Amino acid sequence: MFWLSAKRVWRGGIQSFFRNGFVSLSSVIIMTITLFIISSVFILNGLLDFGVSQVKEKVDISVYFVTTASEEEVLDVKMSLEALPEVSKVDYISSDQALADFKEKNKGDELTLQALAQLDENPLGASLNIKAKDPSQYEGIADFLNSDSNELLSASSTKIIDSVNYSKNKLIITRASRILDSINTVGLALAILFIVISVVIVFNTIRLSIYMSRDEISVMHLVGASTKFIKGPFVVSGMVCGIISAFLVVTFFAISTYFVTKYYGNYLVGFDLFKYYMGNFFQILGVLFGSGILLGGLASYLAVHKYLKN
Amino acid sequence: MIIFEKVTKIYPDGTVALDEATIKIEPKEFVSVVGHSGAGKTTLVKMLLAEEKPTSGRVFYESVDINRLRHVDIPKFRRKVGTVFQDFRLLPNKTVYENIAFAMEVSGRSEEEIKADVPHVLELVDLFNKAMNFPHELSGGEKQRVAIARAIVNQPDIIIADEPTGNLDPINTNEVVRILKKINDLGTTVILTTHNKGVIDSLGKRVITLEKGKVIRDDPTGKYVI
Repeated sequence: MFWLSAKRVWRGGIQSFFRNGFVSLSSVIIMTITLFIISSVFILNGLLDFGVSQVKEKVDISVYFVTTASEEEVLDVKMSLEALPEVSKVDYISSDQALADFKEKNKGDELTLQALAQLDENPLGASLNIKAKDPSQYEGIADFLNSDSNELLSASSTKIIDSVNYSKNKLIITRASRILDSINTVGLALAILFIVISVVIVFNTIRLSIYMSRDEISVMHLVGASTKFIKGPFVVSGMVCGIISAFLVVTFFAISTYFVTKYYGNYLVGFDLFKYYMGNFFQILGVLFGSGILLGGLASYLAVHKYLKN
Repeated sequence: MIIFEKVTKIYPDGTVALDEATIKIEPKEFVSVVGHSGAGKTTLVKMLLAEEKPTSGRVFYESVDINRLRHVDIPKFRRKVGTVFQDFRLLPNKTVYENIAFAMEVSGRSEEEIKADVPHVLELVDLFNKAMNFPHELSGGEKQRVAIARAIVNQPDIIIADEPTGNLDPINTNEVVRILKKINDLGTTVILTTHNKGVIDSLGKRVITLEKGKVIRDDPTGKYVI
Protein backbone atom coordinates (compact mmCIF):
# COMPACT_ATOMS: atom_id res chain seq x y z
CA MET A 1 0.00 0.00 0.00
CA PHE A 2 2.82 2.36 0.92
CA TRP A 3 4.71 1.63 -2.29
CA LEU A 4 1.58 1.99 -4.38
CA SER A 5 0.91 5.43 -2.87
CA ALA A 6 4.56 6.43 -3.20
CA LYS A 7 4.53 5.38 -6.85
CA ARG A 8 1.36 7.37 -7.51
CA VAL A 9 2.68 10.44 -5.72
CA TRP A 10 5.90 10.36 -7.78
CA ARG A 11 4.10 9.74 -11.02
CA GLY A 12 1.58 12.49 -10.28
CA GLY A 13 4.32 14.94 -9.31
CA ILE A 14 6.46 14.35 -12.38
CA GLN A 15 3.43 14.40 -14.66
CA SER A 16 2.12 17.67 -13.27
CA PHE A 17 5.60 19.20 -13.48
CA PHE A 18 5.75 18.58 -17.22
CA ARG A 19 2.11 19.39 -17.91
CA ASN A 20 2.34 22.70 -16.08
CA GLY A 21 4.78 23.82 -18.80
CA PHE A 22 5.11 27.55 -18.30
CA VAL A 23 4.70 27.58 -14.56
CA SER A 24 7.33 24.86 -14.18
CA LEU A 25 9.63 26.64 -16.61
CA SER A 26 9.50 29.86 -14.60
CA SER A 27 10.19 27.97 -11.38
CA VAL A 28 13.14 26.24 -13.03
CA ILE A 29 14.53 29.56 -14.29
CA ILE A 30 14.31 31.19 -10.87
CA MET A 31 15.72 28.12 -9.15
CA THR A 32 18.57 27.95 -11.68
CA ILE A 33 19.46 31.57 -10.97
CA THR A 34 19.47 30.86 -7.24
CA LEU A 35 21.69 27.81 -7.59
CA PHE A 36 23.89 29.78 -9.99
CA ILE A 37 24.38 32.39 -7.28
CA ILE A 38 25.13 29.74 -4.67
CA SER A 39 27.77 28.09 -6.83
CA SER A 40 29.22 31.43 -7.92
CA VAL A 41 29.72 32.20 -4.26
CA PHE A 42 31.44 28.85 -3.91
CA ILE A 43 33.78 29.50 -6.85
CA LEU A 44 34.45 33.12 -5.97
CA ASN A 45 35.33 31.96 -2.51
CA GLY A 46 37.90 29.63 -4.05
CA LEU A 47 39.26 32.45 -6.17
CA LEU A 48 39.43 34.74 -3.16
CA ASP A 49 41.16 32.12 -1.04
CA PHE A 50 43.68 31.64 -3.82
CA GLY A 51 44.23 35.40 -4.09
CA VAL A 52 44.63 35.78 -0.37
CA SER A 53 47.12 32.93 -0.20
CA GLN A 54 49.03 34.45 -3.12
CA VAL A 55 49.32 37.76 -1.29
CA LYS A 56 50.21 36.02 1.94
CA GLU A 57 52.89 34.15 0.07
CA LYS A 58 54.39 37.41 -1.14
CA VAL A 59 54.53 38.93 2.33
CA ASP A 60 57.49 37.94 4.46
CA ILE A 61 60.27 39.36 6.61
CA SER A 62 63.93 38.87 6.15
CA VAL A 63 66.56 38.93 8.85
CA TYR A 64 70.08 39.81 7.77
CA PHE A 65 72.92 38.61 9.92
CA VAL A 66 76.27 40.22 10.42
CA THR A 67 79.02 38.67 8.31
CA THR A 68 80.79 37.44 11.40
CA ALA A 69 77.88 35.30 12.52
CA SER A 70 78.66 31.62 12.15
CA GLU A 71 76.38 29.27 10.27
CA GLU A 72 75.69 27.43 13.49
CA GLU A 73 74.51 30.60 15.22
CA VAL A 74 72.21 31.44 12.33
CA LEU A 75 70.76 27.93 12.32
CA ASP A 76 70.13 28.24 16.06
CA VAL A 77 68.08 31.36 15.43
CA LYS A 78 66.27 29.54 12.65
CA MET A 79 65.35 26.77 15.05
CA SER A 80 64.05 29.09 17.72
CA LEU A 81 62.05 30.96 15.06
CA GLU A 82 60.53 27.71 13.87
CA ALA A 83 59.48 26.99 17.42
CA LEU A 84 57.27 30.10 17.43
CA PRO A 85 53.62 29.20 16.86
CA GLU A 86 53.04 32.10 14.43
CA VAL A 87 55.76 31.00 12.04
CA SER A 88 54.87 28.76 9.14
CA LYS A 89 58.17 28.55 7.30
CA VAL A 90 61.78 29.74 7.64
CA ASP A 91 64.22 29.61 4.74
CA TYR A 92 67.96 29.83 5.35
CA ILE A 93 70.08 31.61 2.82
CA SER A 94 73.80 31.23 3.51
CA SER A 95 76.22 34.05 2.73
CA ASP A 96 77.62 32.02 -0.21
CA GLN A 97 74.14 31.54 -1.57
CA ALA A 98 73.46 35.26 -1.10
CA LEU A 99 76.58 36.08 -3.09
CA ALA A 100 75.63 33.68 -5.85
CA ASP A 101 72.15 35.17 -5.97
CA PHE A 102 73.57 38.66 -6.08
CA LYS A 103 75.88 37.77 -8.95
CA GLU A 104 73.09 36.17 -10.86
CA LYS A 105 70.86 39.20 -10.35
CA ASN A 106 73.55 41.61 -11.57
CA LYS A 107 74.75 39.45 -14.41
CA GLY A 108 74.75 42.27 -16.93
CA ASP A 109 76.19 44.88 -14.61
CA GLU A 110 79.98 44.58 -15.19
CA LEU A 111 80.81 47.49 -12.96
CA THR A 112 79.18 46.03 -9.90
CA LEU A 113 80.69 42.63 -10.52
CA GLN A 114 84.13 44.14 -10.91
CA ALA A 115 83.70 46.08 -7.67
CA LEU A 116 82.65 42.88 -5.96
CA ALA A 117 85.71 41.06 -7.29
CA GLN A 118 87.92 43.76 -5.74
CA LEU A 119 86.80 42.72 -2.27
CA ASP A 120 88.73 40.01 -0.47
CA GLU A 121 85.84 38.54 1.33
CA ASN A 122 82.15 38.05 0.87
CA PRO A 123 80.44 41.26 2.00
CA LEU A 124 77.04 39.63 2.26
CA GLY A 125 75.83 38.04 5.44
CA ALA A 126 73.53 35.06 5.78
CA SER A 127 69.83 35.75 6.03
CA LEU A 128 66.60 34.07 7.08
CA ASN A 129 63.38 34.45 5.20
CA ILE A 130 60.35 34.09 7.47
CA LYS A 131 56.75 33.46 6.54
CA ALA A 132 54.02 33.80 9.13
CA LYS A 133 50.83 31.79 9.13
CA ASP A 134 48.85 35.01 9.01
CA PRO A 135 49.99 38.48 7.91
CA SER A 136 48.87 40.02 11.19
CA GLN A 137 51.45 37.92 13.04
CA TYR A 138 54.54 39.59 11.57
CA GLU A 139 54.42 42.19 14.27
CA GLY A 140 55.01 39.56 16.96
CA ILE A 141 57.80 37.91 15.01
CA ALA A 142 59.49 41.25 14.44
CA ASP A 143 59.22 42.02 18.15
CA PHE A 144 60.95 38.75 18.92
CA LEU A 145 63.75 39.52 16.49
CA ASN A 146 64.29 42.96 17.95
CA SER A 147 64.35 41.72 21.52
CA ASP A 148 67.50 40.99 23.47
CA SER A 149 66.77 37.32 23.71
CA ASN A 150 69.82 35.11 24.36
CA GLU A 151 69.25 33.14 21.21
CA LEU A 152 69.97 36.26 19.20
CA LEU A 153 73.40 36.83 20.65
CA SER A 154 76.67 35.28 19.58
CA ALA A 155 79.01 33.40 21.90
CA SER A 156 80.72 36.66 22.72
CA SER A 157 77.37 38.26 23.57
CA THR A 158 77.34 40.61 20.60
CA LYS A 159 74.27 40.96 18.46
CA ILE A 160 74.41 38.79 15.39
CA ILE A 161 71.44 40.37 13.65
CA ASP A 162 72.36 43.14 11.33
CA SER A 163 68.92 44.26 10.27
CA VAL A 164 65.28 43.20 10.03
CA ASN A 165 63.41 44.54 7.07
CA TYR A 166 60.10 44.53 8.90
CA SER A 167 59.85 48.23 9.70
CA LYS A 168 60.37 48.95 6.01
CA ASN A 169 57.54 46.64 5.04
CA LYS A 170 55.44 47.29 8.09
CA LEU A 171 52.97 49.63 6.42
CA ILE A 172 52.45 47.34 3.45
CA ILE A 173 52.07 44.28 5.63
CA THR A 174 49.49 45.78 8.00
CA ARG A 175 47.58 47.28 5.10
CA ALA A 176 47.57 44.04 3.20
CA SER A 177 46.37 42.12 6.21
CA ARG A 178 43.60 44.63 6.85
CA ILE A 179 42.46 44.56 3.23
CA LEU A 180 42.42 40.78 3.18
CA ASP A 181 40.35 40.74 6.36
CA SER A 182 37.79 43.14 4.98
CA ILE A 183 37.60 41.32 1.64
CA ASN A 184 36.79 38.16 3.57
CA THR A 185 34.14 39.83 5.71
CA VAL A 186 32.49 41.75 2.88
CA GLY A 187 32.62 38.69 0.65
CA LEU A 188 30.91 36.55 3.25
CA ALA A 189 28.26 39.19 3.96
CA LEU A 190 27.51 39.63 0.26
CA ALA A 191 27.35 35.89 -0.25
CA ILE A 192 24.85 35.48 2.58
CA LEU A 193 22.80 38.43 1.33
CA PHE A 194 22.60 37.09 -2.23
CA ILE A 195 21.74 33.61 -1.08
CA VAL A 196 18.99 34.86 1.25
CA ILE A 197 17.46 37.07 -1.46
CA SER A 198 17.45 34.33 -4.05
CA VAL A 199 16.02 31.78 -1.62
CA VAL A 200 13.17 34.18 -0.83
CA ILE A 201 12.51 34.62 -4.55
CA VAL A 202 12.42 30.86 -5.09
CA PHE A 203 9.97 30.47 -2.22
CA ASN A 204 7.72 33.13 -3.66
CA THR A 205 7.80 31.75 -7.18
CA ILE A 206 6.86 28.29 -6.01
CA ARG A 207 4.18 29.70 -3.72
CA LEU A 208 2.74 31.57 -6.66
CA SER A 209 2.72 28.46 -8.83
CA ILE A 210 0.88 26.55 -6.13
CA TYR A 211 -1.48 29.45 -5.55
CA MET A 212 -2.59 28.90 -9.15
CA SER A 213 -3.39 25.31 -8.24
CA ARG A 214 -5.48 26.15 -5.20
CA ASP A 215 -8.74 25.13 -6.92
CA GLU A 216 -7.13 21.87 -7.88
CA ILE A 217 -6.16 21.32 -4.26
CA SER A 218 -9.75 21.88 -3.14
CA VAL A 219 -11.02 19.41 -5.75
CA MET A 220 -8.55 16.79 -4.53
CA HIS A 221 -9.83 17.40 -1.04
CA LEU A 222 -13.40 16.96 -2.14
CA VAL A 223 -12.68 13.69 -3.90
CA GLY A 224 -11.37 12.39 -0.61
CA ALA A 225 -7.62 12.62 -1.12
CA SER A 226 -5.70 12.55 2.14
CA THR A 227 -3.42 15.42 3.03
CA LYS A 228 -0.30 13.41 2.18
CA PHE A 229 -1.69 12.40 -1.17
CA ILE A 230 -2.35 16.04 -2.06
CA LYS A 231 0.96 17.40 -0.78
CA GLY A 232 3.09 14.60 -2.17
CA PRO A 233 2.91 15.39 -5.89
CA PHE A 234 3.53 19.11 -5.30
CA VAL A 235 6.59 18.33 -3.21
CA VAL A 236 7.81 15.95 -5.93
CA SER A 237 7.28 18.66 -8.57
CA GLY A 238 9.32 21.08 -6.47
CA MET A 239 12.08 18.53 -6.11
CA VAL A 240 12.10 17.80 -9.84
CA CYS A 241 12.46 21.54 -10.41
CA GLY A 242 15.46 21.54 -8.04
CA ILE A 243 17.06 18.54 -9.74
CA ILE A 244 16.72 20.00 -13.24
CA SER A 245 18.07 23.37 -12.12
CA ALA A 246 21.01 21.79 -10.30
CA PHE A 247 21.82 19.75 -13.38
CA LEU A 248 21.72 22.86 -15.59
CA VAL A 249 23.99 24.82 -13.25
CA VAL A 250 26.50 21.99 -12.78
CA THR A 251 26.75 21.54 -16.55
CA PHE A 252 26.96 25.26 -17.19
CA PHE A 253 29.83 25.69 -14.76
CA ALA A 254 31.71 22.65 -16.06
CA ILE A 255 31.62 24.08 -19.58
CA SER A 256 32.20 27.72 -18.68
CA THR A 257 35.08 27.09 -16.26
CA TYR A 258 36.74 24.92 -18.91
CA PHE A 259 36.58 27.63 -21.56
CA VAL A 260 37.39 30.49 -19.20
CA THR A 261 40.50 28.64 -18.05
CA LYS A 262 41.44 27.76 -21.61
CA TYR A 263 41.06 31.21 -23.15
CA TYR A 264 41.30 33.65 -20.26
CA GLY A 265 43.49 31.66 -17.87
CA ASN A 266 46.20 34.38 -18.03
CA TYR A 267 43.95 36.88 -16.31
CA LEU A 268 43.48 34.57 -13.35
CA VAL A 269 47.14 34.89 -12.27
CA GLY A 270 47.74 31.18 -12.06
CA PHE A 271 44.36 30.17 -10.63
CA ASP A 272 43.17 27.12 -12.55
CA LEU A 273 39.41 27.62 -12.42
CA PHE A 274 38.54 24.38 -14.19
CA LYS A 275 40.87 22.35 -12.02
CA TYR A 276 39.44 23.97 -8.93
CA TYR A 277 35.89 23.21 -10.12
CA MET A 278 36.71 19.62 -10.95
CA GLY A 279 38.66 19.22 -7.71
CA ASN A 280 35.58 20.26 -5.76
CA PHE A 281 33.10 18.73 -8.20
CA PHE A 282 31.41 16.30 -5.85
CA GLN A 283 31.20 18.88 -3.13
CA ILE A 284 29.58 21.39 -5.51
CA LEU A 285 27.36 18.65 -6.92
CA GLY A 286 26.21 17.76 -3.42
CA VAL A 287 25.58 21.35 -2.43
CA LEU A 288 23.64 22.15 -5.62
CA PHE A 289 21.50 19.03 -5.76
CA GLY A 290 21.01 19.12 -2.00
CA SER A 291 19.94 22.74 -1.90
CA GLY A 292 17.86 22.40 -5.09
CA ILE A 293 15.90 19.43 -3.81
CA LEU A 294 15.54 20.88 -0.33
CA LEU A 295 14.48 24.32 -1.55
CA GLY A 296 12.00 22.99 -4.10
CA GLY A 297 10.53 20.39 -1.81
CA LEU A 298 10.31 22.59 1.26
CA ALA A 299 8.88 25.59 -0.58
CA SER A 300 6.18 23.39 -2.14
CA TYR A 301 5.39 21.68 1.13
CA LEU A 302 4.91 24.95 2.95
CA ALA A 303 2.90 26.49 0.12
CA VAL A 304 0.45 23.58 -0.17
CA HIS A 305 0.18 23.40 3.58
CA LYS A 306 -1.40 26.84 3.50
CA TYR A 307 -4.29 25.64 1.33
CA LEU A 308 -4.89 22.52 3.37
CA LYS A 309 -5.49 24.15 6.70
CA ASN A 310 -9.29 23.99 6.55
CA MET B 1 -29.77 6.85 6.42
CA ILE B 2 -28.95 10.57 6.57
CA ILE B 3 -30.39 12.70 9.35
CA PHE B 4 -30.27 16.45 9.79
CA GLU B 5 -31.38 17.07 13.36
CA LYS B 6 -32.49 20.64 14.11
CA VAL B 7 -29.52 21.99 12.20
CA THR B 8 -28.87 25.71 12.40
CA LYS B 9 -26.04 27.46 10.61
CA ILE B 10 -25.26 31.10 11.21
CA TYR B 11 -22.23 32.46 9.33
CA PRO B 12 -19.85 34.88 11.08
CA ASP B 13 -21.44 37.82 9.24
CA GLY B 14 -24.80 36.97 10.83
CA THR B 15 -26.42 35.34 7.79
CA VAL B 16 -28.75 32.53 8.83
CA ALA B 17 -28.24 29.82 6.22
CA LEU B 18 -30.17 27.05 7.98
CA ASP B 19 -32.72 27.45 10.74
CA GLU B 20 -33.50 24.34 12.78
CA ALA B 21 -33.81 22.21 9.66
CA THR B 22 -34.74 18.59 10.30
CA ILE B 23 -34.54 16.20 7.35
CA LYS B 24 -34.40 12.41 7.13
CA ILE B 25 -33.21 10.68 3.98
CA GLU B 26 -33.61 6.92 3.62
CA PRO B 27 -31.08 4.76 1.75
CA LYS B 28 -31.67 4.49 -2.01
CA GLU B 29 -33.90 7.55 -2.02
CA PHE B 30 -33.81 10.21 -4.74
CA VAL B 31 -34.33 13.55 -3.02
CA SER B 32 -34.43 16.94 -4.67
CA VAL B 33 -33.80 20.06 -2.61
CA VAL B 34 -35.20 23.24 -4.08
CA GLY B 35 -35.33 26.85 -3.01
CA HIS B 36 -34.30 30.36 -4.00
CA SER B 37 -30.67 31.36 -4.02
CA GLY B 38 -29.57 31.77 -0.42
CA ALA B 39 -32.24 29.39 0.87
CA GLY B 40 -29.54 27.16 2.36
CA LYS B 41 -29.20 24.40 -0.25
CA THR B 42 -25.45 24.69 -0.63
CA THR B 43 -24.91 24.91 3.12
CA LEU B 44 -26.84 21.68 3.46
CA VAL B 45 -24.54 20.02 0.94
CA LYS B 46 -21.40 21.39 2.56
CA MET B 47 -22.44 19.95 5.91
CA LEU B 48 -22.90 16.53 4.39
CA LEU B 49 -19.32 16.77 3.08
CA ALA B 50 -17.94 17.97 6.42
CA GLU B 51 -16.91 21.21 4.78
CA GLU B 52 -18.99 23.29 7.20
CA LYS B 53 -19.92 22.64 10.80
CA PRO B 54 -23.44 23.43 12.09
CA THR B 55 -23.80 26.20 14.65
CA SER B 56 -26.22 23.91 16.49
CA GLY B 57 -27.86 20.57 15.77
CA ARG B 58 -26.27 17.44 14.31
CA VAL B 59 -25.81 15.73 10.96
CA PHE B 60 -25.66 11.94 10.92
CA TYR B 61 -24.71 9.49 8.26
CA GLU B 62 -25.84 6.15 9.65
CA SER B 63 -24.44 6.28 13.20
CA VAL B 64 -21.62 8.70 12.38
CA ASP B 65 -21.88 12.30 13.49
CA ILE B 66 -20.29 13.85 10.39
CA ASN B 67 -19.26 17.08 11.97
CA ARG B 68 -17.49 15.38 14.82
CA LEU B 69 -15.23 13.36 12.54
CA ARG B 70 -11.55 13.65 13.30
CA HIS B 71 -9.54 15.59 10.74
CA VAL B 72 -7.79 12.46 9.47
CA ASP B 73 -11.08 10.59 9.04
CA ILE B 74 -12.70 13.24 6.83
CA PRO B 75 -10.99 12.10 3.58
CA LYS B 76 -12.11 8.50 4.24
CA PHE B 77 -15.68 9.65 4.80
CA ARG B 78 -15.67 11.75 1.62
CA ARG B 79 -14.77 8.69 -0.41
CA LYS B 80 -18.19 7.28 0.49
CA VAL B 81 -19.86 10.31 -1.03
CA GLY B 82 -19.74 11.14 -4.73
CA THR B 83 -20.11 14.82 -5.61
CA VAL B 84 -21.15 16.63 -8.77
CA PHE B 85 -21.06 20.43 -8.96
CA GLN B 86 -22.33 23.14 -11.25
CA ASP B 87 -18.76 24.16 -12.11
CA PHE B 88 -17.66 20.52 -12.74
CA ARG B 89 -14.46 20.84 -10.65
CA LEU B 90 -12.28 18.58 -12.75
CA LEU B 91 -8.49 18.56 -12.45
CA PRO B 92 -7.41 20.64 -15.45
CA ASN B 93 -4.01 18.96 -15.92
CA LYS B 94 -5.33 15.44 -15.98
CA THR B 95 -7.08 13.66 -18.82
CA VAL B 96 -10.63 12.37 -18.51
CA TYR B 97 -9.25 8.92 -17.74
CA GLU B 98 -6.82 10.26 -15.12
CA ASN B 99 -9.48 12.42 -13.47
CA ILE B 100 -11.56 9.35 -12.82
CA ALA B 101 -8.57 7.19 -11.95
CA PHE B 102 -7.49 9.84 -9.43
CA ALA B 103 -10.63 9.29 -7.36
CA MET B 104 -9.80 5.59 -7.25
CA GLU B 105 -6.12 6.19 -6.49
CA VAL B 106 -6.93 8.28 -3.42
CA SER B 107 -9.06 5.41 -2.14
CA GLY B 108 -6.05 3.12 -2.45
CA ARG B 109 -7.56 0.94 -5.18
CA SER B 110 -5.19 -1.27 -7.15
CA GLU B 111 -4.00 -0.57 -10.69
CA GLU B 112 -5.95 -3.60 -11.95
CA GLU B 113 -9.19 -2.32 -10.46
CA ILE B 114 -8.57 1.09 -12.00
CA LYS B 115 -7.92 -0.43 -15.42
CA ALA B 116 -11.12 -2.43 -15.18
CA ASP B 117 -13.48 0.14 -13.67
CA VAL B 118 -12.58 3.41 -15.39
CA PRO B 119 -13.48 2.25 -18.93
CA HIS B 120 -16.66 0.79 -17.50
CA VAL B 121 -17.92 4.07 -16.00
CA LEU B 122 -16.75 5.96 -19.07
CA GLU B 123 -19.04 3.76 -21.11
CA LEU B 124 -21.85 4.36 -18.67
CA VAL B 125 -21.65 8.14 -19.26
CA ASP B 126 -20.93 7.59 -22.96
CA LEU B 127 -17.45 9.18 -22.99
CA PHE B 128 -15.31 6.20 -23.83
CA ASN B 129 -13.84 7.87 -26.90
CA LYS B 130 -12.87 11.02 -24.95
CA ALA B 131 -10.78 9.18 -22.35
CA MET B 132 -7.50 10.80 -23.38
CA ASN B 133 -8.86 14.34 -23.75
CA PHE B 134 -8.20 17.09 -21.25
CA PRO B 135 -11.15 18.90 -19.62
CA HIS B 136 -10.61 22.08 -21.66
CA GLU B 137 -11.23 20.05 -24.81
CA LEU B 138 -14.71 19.00 -23.68
CA SER B 139 -18.13 20.65 -23.86
CA GLY B 140 -20.00 21.56 -20.67
CA GLY B 141 -22.21 18.50 -20.89
CA GLU B 142 -19.22 16.23 -21.41
CA LYS B 143 -17.40 17.77 -18.45
CA GLN B 144 -20.41 17.17 -16.25
CA ARG B 145 -20.57 13.57 -17.38
CA VAL B 146 -16.90 13.15 -16.46
CA ALA B 147 -17.71 14.58 -13.04
CA ILE B 148 -20.53 12.07 -12.67
CA ALA B 149 -18.28 9.23 -13.76
CA ARG B 150 -15.74 10.31 -11.18
CA ALA B 151 -18.45 10.53 -8.52
CA ILE B 152 -19.74 7.01 -9.11
CA VAL B 153 -16.52 5.14 -9.83
CA ASN B 154 -15.89 4.28 -6.18
CA GLN B 155 -19.47 3.00 -5.87
CA PRO B 156 -20.35 5.49 -3.14
CA ASP B 157 -23.38 5.16 -0.89
CA ILE B 158 -24.53 8.69 -1.68
CA ILE B 159 -24.29 10.98 -4.68
CA ILE B 160 -24.65 14.69 -4.01
CA ALA B 161 -25.38 16.76 -7.11
CA ASP B 162 -25.29 20.49 -6.32
CA GLU B 163 -26.95 22.34 -9.23
CA PRO B 164 -25.42 19.91 -11.71
CA THR B 165 -27.46 21.27 -14.61
CA GLY B 166 -26.94 24.96 -13.85
CA ASN B 167 -24.48 25.47 -16.70
CA LEU B 168 -26.01 23.07 -19.22
CA ASP B 169 -28.40 23.34 -22.14
CA PRO B 170 -31.74 21.43 -22.07
CA ILE B 171 -30.42 18.41 -23.97
CA ASN B 172 -27.41 17.97 -21.69
CA THR B 173 -29.62 18.67 -18.68
CA ASN B 174 -31.92 15.78 -19.63
CA GLU B 175 -28.91 13.55 -20.20
CA VAL B 176 -27.44 14.33 -16.75
CA VAL B 177 -30.80 13.76 -15.05
CA ARG B 178 -31.23 10.48 -16.92
CA ILE B 179 -27.81 9.29 -15.68
CA LEU B 180 -28.56 10.35 -12.10
CA LYS B 181 -31.83 8.44 -12.23
CA LYS B 182 -30.06 5.39 -13.54
CA ILE B 183 -27.52 5.60 -10.71
CA ASN B 184 -30.39 5.80 -8.24
CA ASP B 185 -32.07 2.79 -9.84
CA LEU B 186 -28.86 0.84 -9.25
CA GLY B 187 -29.22 1.49 -5.51
CA THR B 188 -27.35 4.72 -4.69
CA THR B 189 -28.92 7.52 -2.66
CA VAL B 190 -29.05 10.69 -4.77
CA ILE B 191 -29.43 14.19 -3.33
CA LEU B 192 -30.02 16.79 -6.00
CA THR B 193 -30.24 20.54 -5.49
CA THR B 194 -31.60 22.52 -8.38
CA HIS B 195 -33.43 25.58 -9.63
CA ASN B 196 -34.73 23.82 -12.67
CA LYS B 197 -38.51 23.40 -12.55
CA GLY B 198 -38.56 21.12 -15.57
CA VAL B 199 -36.09 18.71 -13.97
CA ILE B 200 -38.10 18.44 -10.74
CA ASP B 201 -41.42 18.02 -12.50
CA SER B 202 -40.09 15.32 -14.81
CA LEU B 203 -38.56 13.32 -11.94
CA GLY B 204 -41.68 12.79 -9.86
CA LYS B 205 -39.55 12.02 -6.79
CA ARG B 206 -39.41 13.44 -3.27
CA VAL B 207 -38.94 17.23 -3.11
CA ILE B 208 -37.82 19.22 -0.08
CA THR B 209 -38.37 22.96 -0.33
CA LEU B 210 -36.19 25.34 1.69
CA GLU B 211 -36.92 28.97 2.35
CA LYS B 212 -34.72 31.24 4.46
CA GLY B 213 -33.07 28.18 5.97
CA LYS B 214 -36.31 26.47 7.00
CA VAL B 215 -37.89 23.36 5.52
CA ILE B 216 -41.25 24.68 4.36
CA ARG B 217 -42.44 21.71 2.32
CA ASP B 218 -41.53 18.03 2.00
CA ASP B 219 -43.57 16.16 -0.65
CA PRO B 220 -42.97 12.45 -1.36
CA THR B 221 -43.73 12.90 -5.07
CA GLY B 222 -43.43 16.60 -5.37
CA LYS B 223 -43.62 19.30 -7.95
CA TYR B 224 -41.57 22.48 -8.10
CA VAL B 225 -43.67 24.91 -6.09
CA ILE B 226 -42.15 28.08 -4.70
